[in-house]
Amino acid sequence: MKTPLLELTNITKKYPGVIANEDISLTVNKGEIVALLGENGAGKSTLVKAVFGLVRPDSGEIRINGHLIAPGDTAGAIAHGVGMVHQHFQLVPVMSVTDNIILGDEPTRGLFINKRAARAEVLALSEKYGLQVDPDAIVENLPVGMQQRIEILKALRKDVDLLILDEPTAVLTPQEIDELLNVIRNLAKSGVGVLFISHKLREVIAVADRIVVLRNGKAVGITTPKESDEEGLAHLMVGRDVVLQVEKGEAKAKEVVLSIRNLHVNDDRKLTAVTGFDLDVHAGEILGIAGVEGNGQRELVEAICGMRPRIKGSVLVSGVETPDMHPRRVHAMGISHIPEDREKHGLVASYSIEDNLVLNQFDQPPFAKGWIRNAYALESNANTLVKEFDIRTPSIKTTAGALSGGNKQKVVVARELSQKTKVVVAAQPTRGVDVGSIEFIHNQLVAARDNGAAVLLVSAELDEVLSLSDRIAVMFGGKIVAFLDGKDADRAKIGRLMAGLSE
Amino acid sequence: MIKKYLGSRWSPFVATFSVILFFYLKDALATTSVVATSITFGLPLAMAAMVGIMCERTGIVNIGIEGTLLVSSFIGFFVASVSGNLLVGLFAAVCMGAVSGLLLALLSVTWKMDQIIAGTIINILATGLTSFFYKQGHTLPSTFPEIDIPGLSAIPFFGPVLFMHGPLTFLGFFLILVLWVALYFTPWGLRSRSVGEHPGSADTAGVSVVRMRYLNVTIAGAFGGLTGAYLTLELVGSWDRGFSAGRGFTALALMIFGRWNPLGALAAALFFGVAQAITNQLMITEVVTIPLQFTNMLPYVLTILILAISAGKVRAPAAEGQPYEKESA
Amino acid sequence: MVRDESKELRVKYVRSWLLPVIALAIAFAIGALMMKLQGANPLKAYESLFSSAFGSSAGISKTLGKATPLIISGLAVTICLRAGLFNIGVQGQLLAGALASAWAGYAIHGLPLFIHLPIALFFGTFFGALTGIIAGALKAYRGVHEVITTIMLNSLVLQLGEYLAYGPFKEPGQQLARTPEVLSSAKIPDLFGMPVGFFIAITLAVIAWWIFKKTTSGFRLETVGRNKNAAWYAGISVKRSILISMFVGGGLAGLGGAIETLGVVGRYEPAFNAGLGFDGITIALLGRANPLAVIPGAILFGGMRGAGGSMQFAAGVSPDIIDLILALVLFFVTAPLIGKWIKTVRGNEAITTGGWGN
Repeated sequence: MKTPLLELTNITKKYPGVIANEDISLTVNKGEIVALLGENGAGKSTLVKAVFGLVRPDSGEIRINGHLIAPGDTAGAIAHGVGMVHQHFQLVPVMSVTDNIILGDEPTRGLFINKRAARAEVLALSEKYGLQVDPDAIVENLPVGMQQRIEILKALRKDVDLLILDEPTAVLTPQEIDELLNVIRNLAKSGVGVLFISHKLREVIAVADRIVVLRNGKAVGITTPKESDEEGLAHLMVGRDVVLQVEKGEAKAKEVVLSIRNLHVNDDRKLTAVTGFDLDVHAGEILGIAGVEGNGQRELVEAICGMRPRIKGSVLVSGVETPDMHPRRVHAMGISHIPEDREKHGLVASYSIEDNLVLNQFDQPPFAKGWIRNAYALESNANTLVKEFDIRTPSIKTTAGALSGGNKQKVVVARELSQKTKVVVAAQPTRGVDVGSIEFIHNQLVAARDNGAAVLLVSAELDEVLSLSDRIAVMFGGKIVAFLDGKDADRAKIGRLMAGLSE
Repeated sequence: MIKKYLGSRWSPFVATFSVILFFYLKDALATTSVVATSITFGLPLAMAAMVGIMCERTGIVNIGIEGTLLVSSFIGFFVASVSGNLLVGLFAAVCMGAVSGLLLALLSVTWKMDQIIAGTIINILATGLTSFFYKQGHTLPSTFPEIDIPGLSAIPFFGPVLFMHGPLTFLGFFLILVLWVALYFTPWGLRSRSVGEHPGSADTAGVSVVRMRYLNVTIAGAFGGLTGAYLTLELVGSWDRGFSAGRGFTALALMIFGRWNPLGALAAALFFGVAQAITNQLMITEVVTIPLQFTNMLPYVLTILILAISAGKVRAPAAEGQPYEKESA
Repeated sequence: MVRDESKELRVKYVRSWLLPVIALAIAFAIGALMMKLQGANPLKAYESLFSSAFGSSAGISKTLGKATPLIISGLAVTICLRAGLFNIGVQGQLLAGALASAWAGYAIHGLPLFIHLPIALFFGTFFGALTGIIAGALKAYRGVHEVITTIMLNSLVLQLGEYLAYGPFKEPGQQLARTPEVLSSAKIPDLFGMPVGFFIAITLAVIAWWIFKKTTSGFRLETVGRNKNAAWYAGISVKRSILISMFVGGGLAGLGGAIETLGVVGRYEPAFNAGLGFDGITIALLGRANPLAVIPGAILFGGMRGAGGSMQFAAGVSPDIIDLILALVLFFVTAPLIGKWIKTVRGNEAITTGGWGN
């Protein structure tokens, strides 16, 4: 009986108000690919972070190759052959590729870093795994897909016995995902054990030897791709039957409400992110923009909503041009926005739910009469919306920061969709949100559409775009490369378009 | 082409060099003394700026440099006075500085307090402690004497400017160079900088963020202690309430202006020193009569000007000011 | 998961009073230790301190008089804190107000009290506001952190004041550097033996509290202080909020200086009120940026400062110990429990630190 590569026994981790991991045990053997499946908030990240020492479990044991690892001992985990590729890249943006890779174990000559040896090491590493990188490039100037390669190389640098990947495919095109899965298979063949986190059923079934399903912090099932299918896994993940496709009727598209003409926008580095962008969205339709993150979607949305300067071009609502760089006025013209970064733009975490629900209308009747705020109106508004949008909270006075991701998003959605609106711009509306809330939000978007709004959906989750959209536009390199009808959309075709290839 | 030249990084140096040359040709003696005193004015600022750089590069904003200077110069002065031994005073000052650094680390790293408030607390504590324990009538046995490096100090102009200074001046310069080398060329420097830019990346590479921050902030504090010792034991020779006179804050401005680079801050500090030395010279020779208070105001006005020009455009270490939560990565 | 919200609120309420009290107790204990080391009797010292400050109507009157500028400067810091700014320049803004009001007090002749006094007060408020808004503008338009600019301005105003008191504004025929005494038509009268300034200060505190709780302007400032990005997104002008809070904060501090000048001192002297501004910072931090909580803190500080002399007389302890005790109070109040508590209540956004480039 070989010693398992990784053995987790009865891991428990509690946070205030929530049990992230409850009594979880699992093993990974050499050369085995184990997938950890679960919806957002199920506890997958917490568990693997415990292995890598980023999280201290309250109880339980972690053994690597039989050695007991102390909680919180990242250096120890690394020393025992664990490498981790993180969901949010842990790279220093202003430093070079080489510096990032050698950090923590730098080749030295005396007291100083041996820069030449470092560079050579990076090139050798790149060769070995077939992941091309430029050792001298500065990380923040690199596209996201390239940054992930560096993240992977950093993890593989030492001879790893166990590689952990936390949601590695979020920023990849379908083709790149396939390539990554191949890399993983090859690693497993060479004896490396792989622990792979995902909430995407398709990938998990494609590559895993064993699948461990987590739900609400507990391990609820261990199975293999042969024994289960997408529906079965989804059922395990959520505990009930899950509607994988949102139910929607036919779209009744009417006049054009949102027009974008020849839009040019720059990103934070003053480089062109959106170029020559033209788009029309009709009332009563959902237009989904599919694309890998980093192709200008964020900049596009910000420019539409008045949060990023427009270098050229215009955005029109019912024929009237919207002002530049003034989110409130753009909102007043009828564009509601569910922002991509809800913590940054959507909510004030230390405010109550009540206050957050009126964040962009706080000085308007009925919430304020002139200078004085109307506490009664605030309260009744909050009570109504909490019920209508199924926001799970002990009270309307609870601070928004205390809510789960899904409920926070529901607060934002409630605020934006409860106002009369012509256009809804939803950017990554279900990121970090649990399945129940995802369903709810999707239904809300369809309802908005049926009420006559023009819905512009921007999402990196291809499944979401396919499921919701009446029309689909594929975005690559800052412009639209194709329009497709929602019904005819072919995954493979879209995947190629997303990667910039022709159909 | 002229525009490109003016915009280059070297133009301030060339300009200064030409101005100095011009004045040297007019009055060699005065010019030499002005430039030499600008070093003695500017160096403590540069050293204080190093304290800021070491802390901020590792992600800790240190508003309390003023307090560190105050309390370590105080201890240095009184210990030296009571013991009659300058070196003992120096040692005490450095230790006191390290203690203040340790305190800042405790407040901001372990207790995760808002770092600006933490620094302000250190300043207020320093003021309270020093004013409470201050006793009149103490004097130093002497001050650290000027050292003339034989041979080199005889070179006209460069001799007095570079090679005739007190021992702490030389030490200070040396340590600034050491810091620069260490920050950019050693593993310690790489790790420190990564902790200040993106602590998660250091943590996941096995570098202890907490340990690096404690270490660097404490050493920075010790360096601040050395600066305080320099001020009282070598430069001024006494101590009085409010001794640090805002230098700790000016140092922060110089740090920003120098873009968190030791050599940049040193250059900025020397410019500052030159400005002060020139004003001094003008006052002494009564070329221009300005009321005393206006000359006193000069460093403060300059600091504000420096910041107004540079602050908004520079890029601080990205993670500074935020306590590191391990479980947020 | 049902949480007992009312119990939570009660715990928070108790905590908000309990911790400053504990901090005070520890600070006083350490102070007592220091006194013992100096060979004095701490009990006697504390007894004389408190009986002098609070034990007689004359003592109370003096305490309240001392508390007045402290309430106002604490309020100034508090308002700026709410907007996410750390205004350490209260001292300079206060001095600017004192100077300006002293000048208006002696230089303008022939006006009756009910015109002259408001004008003099206005001068003080205005110049304090001006000093404040310089730092505000530098922050709003150039991104310069207000901590450094306000401290620099403190020194600038101090030097300017000294210059003026030695020079153009100097009282003729006097060796000392000070301005002439303000005319009686500009002095703040006492009302029933209690300093009027104190009631003005309390009113201002209540108004400030009400503004933050009930008005849209207060909501704007508060939102900017908690999450600049969300505030901008909600249509709140961050720049305008910064300018307004520094203007108001500076104006308040200036008013405090004016009240002190016109109501107590009667002129501007360079030795004026060395620590008022910094006490204001401590009081604001102790009160956890709550305008009403500034009042008890100011009364305590005012009492201790006012009674320092009698403590020295009765127990031989130098008043400097009060500096130390107050510094220790600040330290223990902002100690670990508080640090974490502030975070949970105000969220991770209540951080005034953000780096230097905005």
